[in-house]
Amino acid sequence: MPNEPLTAIPKDFTGLIVVVKRDCATCRLIAPALGALKRGAALQVHCQDDPSFPESVDGVIDERALEFSYRHDIEIVPTLIQVHDGEERARLVGWQRDDWRGLTGMPTLGAGLPVFSPGCGSKSVEPGMPEQLAFKFGDSPLQARRVDVAAQQDEHELMFERGWSDGLPLVPPTEERVLKMLSGTNRSPAEVIGIIPPDNVPGTVEKIAINAVMAGCKPEYFPVVLAAVEAACLDEFCMHGVLATTYFSAPIVIVNGPIVDEIGMNWGHNVLGQGNRANSTIGRALQLVIRNIGGGRPGGVDRATLGQPGKVGFCFAERERDSYWESMSVERGFRPDQSAVTLFAGGGVHPIGDQKSRDPKSLTRSLAMTLRTVYHGKVYGRTDALLVISPENMRVFRDAGWSKARFRQALDEAMTVDGNIVVAGADGIAEGMPANLAEKRLSKFRPGGLLIAHAGGGAGMWSAVITGWAGSGSKGSVPVTVAIKS
Amino acid sequence: MSTLLDPTSELQPAQREATPRPESLSDKRVALLDISKPRGDVFLDHLEARLGELGIGARRYIKPTFTRVAPVDLKHQIVSECDAVIEALAD
Repeated sequence: MPNEPLTAIPKDFTGLIVVVKRDCATCRLIAPALGALKRGAALQVHCQDDPSFPESVDGVIDERALEFSYRHDIEIVPTLIQVHDGEERARLVGWQRDDWRGLTGMPTLGAGLPVFSPGCGSKSVEPGMPEQLAFKFGDSPLQARRVDVAAQQDEHELMFERGWSDGLPLVPPTEERVLKMLSGTNRSPAEVIGIIPPDNVPGTVEKIAINAVMAGCKPEYFPVVLAAVEAACLDEFCMHGVLATTYFSAPIVIVNGPIVDEIGMNWGHNVLGQGNRANSTIGRALQLVIRNIGGGRPGGVDRATLGQPGKVGFCFAERERDSYWESMSVERGFRPDQSAVTLFAGGGVHPIGDQKSRDPKSLTRSLAMTLRTVYHGKVYGRTDALLVISPENMRVFRDAGWSKARFRQALDEAMTVDGNIVVAGADGIAEGMPANLAEKRLSKFRPGGLLIAHAGGGAGMWSAVITGWAGSGSKGSVPVTVAIKS
Repeated sequence: MSTLLDPTSELQPAQREATPRPESLSDKRVALLDISKPRGDVFLDHLEARLGELGIGARRYIKPTFTRVAPVDLKHQIVSECDAVIEALAD
């Protein structure tokens, strides 16, 4: 008969404790040695999967609930623990004959067994199990209010009714899922990442994790989500204004560095579109944080007249591997081996099609022609932009040996016009620049107001302009880049 | 029963508050909703007469069955035609 489970080492216990499972070749191998131990010392044998194993030991403790393993951090079976008056003194994992003989004080233990045999993973550390056990045994560090879903309620409908959703279904944020999300970072659940606008509420790692679960993120995406939230809360990004404006803007997340491939982000075909879980859910998580923690909702503080589809979430990775130019994050002061997110207050995507330009001067002037129309063709220096260059367009610059700096210089020249053609009233259009600028040369973008990224599939002579917020610049929003921390 | 974690700032109460009640029914369009429970109609007949004496117009609506929530179309109809609802909830 197996003994009842023990949740922890008894206070008055002195002796040896072994944790095993039948589904482990090494545990089966050393079963005779465990039988010998029983005769020599006070002994507890806990079995994680079958309390009738090992047959060589009477009174095996049923450890199928895994509470003992969870509380004593058992990662490998077999684990041998030496205990004195309830205190752990030493621990061995796997089978190392000489070490076992030393710890047990039995110089002939395991005669006939191999000198060494590695252990197997404990059932308590199988994928998803630590979170389940943490939830089950009440060590949850989570502080968020619990919302009970009655048996006759549909939890998906409840989440819609409570206003948690952006209009699409959400993954229910159970404690187990949130704990799993938190395993994606080393940060404490209580750490405040930033003050979330518009309600200016502290955004804890825990609250952000809840929203990341709902967005559909995997735990390995979570450091990117945290960095995006941190960036959105920086004063210079002005998230409150980006949200509250009647304009189209939303925080657009551009990811650089090794983490892009580590978590499987899309930088290739349809990079600005749907279909990649990381791209789709990281951007959505940020928006849900703004909505649920910050309280920013359409028709409330979000006063967008028209909005745009990217307000559900807009996140993509730069195509770094075959880029001829330094990446966006490197251009903004980070090392190539550093992972970073850049946030840009962007409106919608505007395609540029040029099928004929094969020399860099023509293509630059062609790109400039569309860039000059950002916000309005007669408004200069007001709105930032993000230019996404496709591989086929970049090839033109690479073949001509044009650096990013040279391209920027040529582009700026092609986007600088005489003031008299863009002043208010010119061309019969009331909109335009102040009349006192008529004799000046005007640049389309303020210094630092044009971001450039390389992304997209290998075929297609398309590039894209993502227009910025009308309130770009130091009085409004400037792009921000922060490192992604584990 | 399952339990979810609240994703919000928790500045709002956990339980939703009831919609504010009108202070007066004068100038309001009142719906009288019979949920198809026995004698709900008797109760609503009396109410309709009392409201009529006060000069308050009422419209009658009826749910197909008390065992299910009201059909969406019926809820939309009531919302579009009336300002307040009096429901004969239980027999």
